[in-house]
Amino acid sequence: MRREIRIAGFGGQGVVLAGYILGKAFALYEGMEAVMTQSYGPEARGGASSSNVVISDEPIDYPFVLEPDVLIALSQEAYTRFRPTARPDALLIIEEDLVTPLESDRALRVPATRLAEELGRRIVANIVTLGYFTAATGWLRRESVEKAIENTLPARIVPLNLNAFARGYEYALAGERVL
Amino acid sequence: MKGRAILTGEHFMHGDHACTEGAIAAGCRFFAGYPITPSTEIAERMAQRLPEVGGVFIQMEDEIASILAIIGASAAGTRAMSATSGPGFSLMMENIGLAVMMEIPIVIVDVQRGSPSTGLPTLPGQADVMQARWGSHGDYAIAAYAPWSPQEMFDLTVLAFNVADRFRIPVMVMSDEVVGHMVERVVIPPEEQIPRWERKRPTVPPENGFRPFLAEDDDLVPPLAHAGEGYRVHFTGLTHDERGYPDMSAETHHRLVTRLVEKVRRNADAMIRYEGYGLEDAKIVVISYGCTARSARRAIGQARAAGIPAGLLRLISLWPFPEKPLRELARQAEAFIVAEMNLGQMICEVERYVAQPVIGVNHAGGAMIPPAPILEAIEEVATRGARIGRRKASAG
Repeated sequence: MRREIRIAGFGGQGVVLAGYILGKAFALYEGMEAVMTQSYGPEARGGASSSNVVISDEPIDYPFVLEPDVLIALSQEAYTRFRPTARPDALLIIEEDLVTPLESDRALRVPATRLAEELGRRIVANIVTLGYFTAATGWLRRESVEKAIENTLPARIVPLNLNAFARGYEYALAGERVL
Repeated sequence: MKGRAILTGEHFMHGDHACTEGAIAAGCRFFAGYPITPSTEIAERMAQRLPEVGGVFIQMEDEIASILAIIGASAAGTRAMSATSGPGFSLMMENIGLAVMMEIPIVIVDVQRGSPSTGLPTLPGQADVMQARWGSHGDYAIAAYAPWSPQEMFDLTVLAFNVADRFRIPVMVMSDEVVGHMVERVVIPPEEQIPRWERKRPTVPPENGFRPFLAEDDDLVPPLAHAGEGYRVHFTGLTHDERGYPDMSAETHHRLVTRLVEKVRRNADAMIRYEGYGLEDAKIVVISYGCTARSARRAIGQARAAGIPAGLLRLISLWPFPEKPLRELARQAEAFIVAEMNLGQMICEVERYVAQPVIGVNHAGGAMIPPAPILEAIEEVATRGARIGRRKASAG
């Protein structure tokens, strides 16, 4: 079964890295097929940028996200721009302090930046969000993402990022698990 | 610092990076280029990786200088490569002929973008495929491959070096922005499983009158003496005799150019690569390559699910063109559909070999052709017959 995930935010929030780590976790540690693409070009700098991950248990022919099953929005602009691209019933995960969703949308809220700041570095908000996604969906094992983090990032920042992942994961477990 | 040359293992890797790793795994130790989107990540990773493995990266002033630098490095015995996109590929054209004429193996990667001219720098195209074959002046032949995944960016770059070295020709890897910028699983095998075809080398000592362009073997490939090994070798773009010296006679010219073209024809089976999906009983055969073939595979799957006997012939080598499987399919197929992100290039080649109607699914570039228009073409042929002629390019 094919599933499409779009991670969107503003430049510097690490949405491309988050998409890469997520895709790697599926492709190398979950035995799934995964493709990551990102938007290139002038519009990728500043404003809303996104990374896109398609996962499937079969070879993936068309590599681009058409109608995301999951939209992770880390900024209001990203939410506004990409919400219409997602399925009406898409799973929405939003940065609670930065995004106000449409009243008609039932979104999962994670204060990723605040949780990251509690760990000392707001730059890991993207990884906090991955932890939240992993627990909220149950689509892949926690260890798979942890391995992807360990095998992607320089050793000196791995512990911080594993903490960030754990923080988001536990935040989701403590709250409502929807899937 | 010494780094590993072959990153054996499973990776989640960017297409352009997989190309770089394929080159380094194949033994490429010299890269000269002028970074251009969407091939820039190849140069960027080369600049980082080559010094780690004892190689040389040079950023040149332009693509004319780049191709000449890799021709020089290769003549000195090093596997050498450049990477570019349309505008730079155009600048390289004259000296592709020089590499052909001097029979110096080189590999050029063209990550195709929307064209002509500067076109769409960050968006895909497949409109350089005829240029790859015919862009330099004169009669000549080369090999060109079209990867459809980051895995093939690795595998076909390795193959490109092997074909270039074995047959002393320029080889192009005709990628596109979609495949170049896509991240997917790439498996890099252990060193002993990476194929290596060596250059044919002189078997006589330098003092015994070695003639560097004497091709005595059936494969028409003369042995290659590297610069600095003691052989007296003269390389020129002028028509030359077997000693390598200019000879302005019609007879020598005809003999040389005929051998250069015949060399590729005669060895084509070793260079040609293709893949089939659902071809056994196919009445409607889709032909595609590169990123577009991914959509074509989806479309034939959907057509088959709807009971239409469609199949896909995926061209992996564009040049030499896989004419044999096409001729065989012409015995069973009722129609051919050629899906490509240009306004009709490889379709001309298909039309040379089959009598059936050939229908194009075309787009000028800027976005990957999705499965839908290919499926529509299949359904149209299946329901109304094949007499609908070439489809007009449609904005996707």
